[in-house]
Amino acid sequence: MSRIDDYAPVAGASEVEELKLLAARVVGKTILNVNSTAVGGGVAEILTRIIPLLKDLGVDARWSVIKGNERFFAITKNMHNALHGMDVPISGDDLAFFVDVNRRNAAEMDLASDILFIHDPQPIALVEQKEELGRKWIWRCHIDFTDPRPEVWDFLKGYIERYDGAVFSAPAFSRPLSVRQVLISPSIDPLSDKNRELSEEEINRVCARHGIDRGRPIVTQISRFDYLKDPVGVVKVYRMVKEHMDCQLVLAGGGAMDDPEGLRVLDEVRREAESDPDIFVLFLPPASDVEINALQRASSVVLQKSLKEGFGLTVAEALWKEKPVIASAVGGIPLQIAHKYSGILTRSVEGTAFWIKQLLQEPGYARRLGVNGREHIRANYLITRHLRDYLLLFLSLYFEKDVIRL
Amino acid sequence: MSEPFRFHTRLNLVELLGRRAATVRELLDGIREVPGASIYHHTHRFLQQHHYLSPEPPNDFAFWVSGRLGLDDVGERLASVDTVRYRRINDLRARYVEILEEVLAARRNSWPVCQEGEEFHFMSCRTFIIPLPAVARDAGEFLDILGRISVNSLYYHVFESRLRLERGENDFAVWFESRGDRELAAALSRLDPYTITLEGLRREIIRLVRRYV
Repeated sequence: MSRIDDYAPVAGASEVEELKLLAARVVGKTILNVNSTAVGGGVAEILTRIIPLLKDLGVDARWSVIKGNERFFAITKNMHNALHGMDVPISGDDLAFFVDVNRRNAAEMDLASDILFIHDPQPIALVEQKEELGRKWIWRCHIDFTDPRPEVWDFLKGYIERYDGAVFSAPAFSRPLSVRQVLISPSIDPLSDKNRELSEEEINRVCARHGIDRGRPIVTQISRFDYLKDPVGVVKVYRMVKEHMDCQLVLAGGGAMDDPEGLRVLDEVRREAESDPDIFVLFLPPASDVEINALQRASSVVLQKSLKEGFGLTVAEALWKEKPVIASAVGGIPLQIAHKYSGILTRSVEGTAFWIKQLLQEPGYARRLGVNGREHIRANYLITRHLRDYLLLFLSLYFEKDVIRL
Repeated sequence: MSEPFRFHTRLNLVELLGRRAATVRELLDGIREVPGASIYHHTHRFLQQHHYLSPEPPNDFAFWVSGRLGLDDVGERLASVDTVRYRRINDLRARYVEILEEVLAARRNSWPVCQEGEEFHFMSCRTFIIPLPAVARDAGEFLDILGRISVNSLYYHVFESRLRLERGENDFAVWFESRGDRELAAALSRLDPYTITLEGLRREIIRLVRRYV
C-alpha cells in the first residue's frame, strides 16, 4: 500500500507538503464514507486507495457499506440507468421500498461522525437522519449523467437538497440546486499497476506476446467492447490512415462475459479485423492492469473515440504516459484535453484519421502534445489532487465565505 | 526595517453554479449575473491548470466562444482583454459585458447555438489561504524560498492577492517597496504575469531580484 510520501517524487514535494498542511486542519474530525459495495466498481476502488492515504495524513476517515437485497439493487440499477436517460420502470412501490431499506440501514449503522460522506444514490436517503443527528452531510455523485429522467431526478433532488452540499465529477452533471455544488474530478493513481513506470523489457514482453511489432507505428484504443466506445468506427479510422501510411491498430479492453451486447460488439469488431493481420483485438481478463499499461506505453498515438463518455479516465492514463491522444469531445474528455495544446479533440471518423496522419508524420508536435498532456494530468488529475479536493471539501463545510484564511 | 516576508499558499475548491449558456446572449447574461468569484475563476482557471503551457490558452469565455460557437473574431476580442490593467473584479466583468454588448449590437444576422453537450458551464471557486512555514528576512532568503515554493504559492502572491483580494499590487512588489528597493518593486509591478507561464514567471522574478538587489 502506498504512503503519502511516496507521491512526492511524482506529484511534487510541495504538493505533498501542502496536503499535510491542509490535513492538519482536518485532524480531529471523523469522516464516515458510506457506499453500497466494499469491492468491485469505481467507487470502492477509489475509496480503497483514498482512505488509507487520508489516514496516513492523520485524518480519521472511516468507511461503511449499506446492506440491501436483490430487489433493492435491482431498483438502484434502474435508477442508475434512468440517470443515464433510459426509460426504465420505477414504481411508487419501488421508491417506498428503496427508502425503507435506507431507514433499516440507518437504524443498524453507527452514524456517529462529524462529516457523513454519502456516495451515489443507493444510500442517499440516510440523510433523513440529519434532523436527529445534525452534523455535516455531503452527497458525492460518481455517476455520469447529462440527461436524467425527470421523475428519478426529482426524487433524488428531494434528498440532495437536504445535504450541506453535493459533489459532481464534471460540470455537465450539475443542475440548479439550492445547495452548494462542488466539482471534484476523478483521478488516476500514478503508483498503481496501470500507471506506474514500466521497463522496456516489460513493454516488449507484452507486445511480443500479442505479436505487435514495436518497430512500426502503433495506434491504440483501450476500452470496453461497447457500442458507445465506437470500436467499429476506430477500425474505419485505421483503414483510412492505412491507405497512406503503415501502422498497426490495437483495440484492447475487457467487458463482462455475461454482457450479451459486449460480446456482440466484440464479434463485430473481430469480423471487421479478421482479414488484416495488423489489427489486434485483445479481450483482456480483469486484473490486466500491467498489460494495459504496457500497451499504452508502446503506442505511437492513443485514441478514445467514444460516442458517449463518463469522465473517460483512459485519456488521463494515456496522457500521463506522455502519449499524443486523439479523443472525442464528449463527457469529461474536454476537461482533460485542451485542443491542440495537450491533445486533439475530434468529432468524426474523418477528423480522427486526419489527425492520426498528422501526428504520425509530425513526431515533434506529437511529442509536445504528450509532454503537455502529462503536465496537465500531473497538475490536475492525480490522486493527490483528489485528496486535496476532499480535504478542502471537508473544511469548506465549516465556512461561509468564498475566501477562507486558515 | 521592514517586516519579514511570510509566504502563503492558496488552494481552490471549484464550485458549480448549475447555470449554462448555449449562445452569446446567454453567456452575456451569465457574466452579468454570476458572483465575482465566478468571473475570477473563468479568467484565471487556465493559468492555474495549464501553468506549464506557452502560449497559454486564453480565458474560458474566449476559448468557448471560439471553439464551441466558431466565432473567432469575438473570441479574439475576449482573449485580448488586458487583465493586468484591472484591479477590481467588477471592472474586469464590466469589460467583458461591454465587448459582448458591442458584438451583439453590431451583428444583426442570426447567432450560432452550440452543439448539445458543449454548453458553457458557469463555475466559481472558494479559495483557502494557508500560511507556509517559509519566511524571508532578506533578498537572499527570498530567492532561496521562491525557487522551491509550489506554483500555488507563487500564484497566490502574484494573481490572487492583486485582483481577487483587490490589493491592487502583487505581494512581492509591495514587500520590496517596503524595504526601500524601489526599482525592483517597480520592475515587479510592471510584469505582465498573464502572458508568461508560472514557471517562466518564477524565473523572471528570480532574474529581476538578482539584477536589482
